[in-house]
Formats: sequence, C-alpha cells, structure tokens
Amino acid sequence: MALIEKVPVYAEKIPGGSIVTTTLERVLSYGRATSLWYLLFGTACCAIELMCTGASRYDFDRLGMIFRASPRQSDLIIVAGTITKKMAPRLRRLYDQMAEPRYVIAMGGCTIKGGPFYYDSYAVEKGVDHIIPVDVHIPGCPPRPESLLEGCIHLQEKIKKQKLGDWHKKVRSYDQG
Amino acid sequence: MSGYLAVLIFIFVGVGIVLFTFFMSRLLRPANPYHDKRINYECAELPQGNSWIRFNNRFYIFALIFVIFDVEAIFLFPWAVAFGQLGLYALVEMVIFIVILFYGIFYAWKKGVLKWL
Repeated sequence: MALIEKVPVYAEKIPGGSIVTTTLERVLSYGRATSLWYLLFGTACCAIELMCTGASRYDFDRLGMIFRASPRQSDLIIVAGTITKKMAPRLRRLYDQMAEPRYVIAMGGCTIKGGPFYYDSYAVEKGVDHIIPVDVHIPGCPPRPESLLEGCIHLQEKIKKQKLGDWHKKVRSYDQG
Repeated sequence: MSGYLAVLIFIFVGVGIVLFTFFMSRLLRPANPYHDKRINYECAELPQGNSWIRFNNRFYIFALIFVIFDVEAIFLFPWAVAFGQLGLYALVEMVIFIVILFYGIFYAWKKGVLKWL
C-alpha cells in the first residue's frame, strides 16, 4: 500500500475531509489513465495490429501510451496473441514483475477464449482470464487498430472511475478465485 | 568566482529535482514487494543464479577500445558543426587527431586483444 492510500483513513475523520480524498482520487486516476505505458508482449498476429496502432497512422501516443520493453516501467500489458500452456507461467511472471497498479487488455479471440484453437488444441490456454485478471476484452481475429484504440479508451474511463484501493481489492479477489 | 556560483546552483537544483522526484514517487507509488515481483527480469524466464557475478576481464579491454570511438565522436560532432568557419587548418588537425586514435586501435589489434579466445 502506498502512503497516499492511507490518506482517506485520516482525512475522513475531519469534517469535510472527504473533499481531500475525492480530489486526490481524481488527480491520481487521471494521471494513471492518461499515462498507460504498455509492455511489448506480442505472441501472434494480433501483435501486427498492435504495432500498426503504435505507428504513426493510428498513433497510440495521443492517448499517452508508449511501449516499454521492460515490465518494470510498464503498467499495462496488452496480451496480443495466442497464449500457449507453456507461455502461461511466463505471462504470469511478467504480470507479477510489472509496476502496480497494473492493468490488462486481452486483445483478440485467442486471449478471450482460445479463438480458433478452442476445440482441437491441447496446447493453447483457453483464455488469459485463467492466468491474470483482465480489465478489457477486445474481440476480433485480429481486432483492427480502431477497436484496440476503443478498448484502450474504455480502460482509461474505467481507471478514471477507480477509487483509492480499488485496484488492490480487485486483484486480491482474483487471487482468491 | 561568481561564474562558479552558477555551477554550484546548477548542481544543487539538479540534485534537488532528483531527490524531490524520488520522494514524490515514494509517496504516490504502491509499495508491495513480493518474491515473484522481485526476481530478476530475464524475459520472463526464471533467472539462473545470481546477477552479481564476475564478468570476464576481457570485456574491460573492449570497453576501453570503445572509449576511443566515443571520444572521437564527442570531438567530431562539434568540429563538424563548426567546420564552415574553421577551414583547412582544422581539417588537418582533425586528421592528425584521428590518426593518433587509430594508432591506438592498431596497437591493441597487434597486441591481439581483439581476438576472443
């Protein structure tokens, strides 16, 4: 827990102290929503669309999103592509190594429910929800850059609505199943 | 002396901004270290052994040779920018400088340090 997340505990005791809390929440979540740095994690064809979105035509940068090559610097992981059973623990490890609060976008059919590999594959993980808590699912095979952008805007709106400590609550409930 | 006061202020402001940023990020960031988060980042593979190991001494010599190119670049860029005003004298001087640097590389080459055993 950050020092700043203890602020509500003390601020609520003072009459009118909730103004401090709500203002703080808005500033923090605005900062988090508008500077999502995503981890480069492309395992299949969705990564091509992700690259296209990052390039100049669709321009991810205008949402404040820059790719990072290290999980230490990123707070969003866009799972772009099929996750095999062998890749799954690696994905979990990458997610664990990212900076908190971290968010997940599941891009494409494979990450939602296995996609075209749903029926006849022994090797593909049927959805990344089994491995990491997903915030936004983007359907498509692969989704066009526009839908990826829309998914990111949805995520930003979601983060902007978050209250202090919400993220930890969500992750804890995921970890407990 | 008053010229160095600016340098002193520059140093203090520079260090101050860094310390302030570290303090602010400590205030804002969630601090939740656990084992899986703290292990070394090895492209999501489990790291083998410690990262605090001894590196081969030969890397040092390669780094030293790289410094030659580094210094060369540092001097070459401002020289190239101001080349229009400097004229032939600067050209000859720079050629002599580069020849001296290349002599160092050839010396190292002849000594056999570029060969990786």
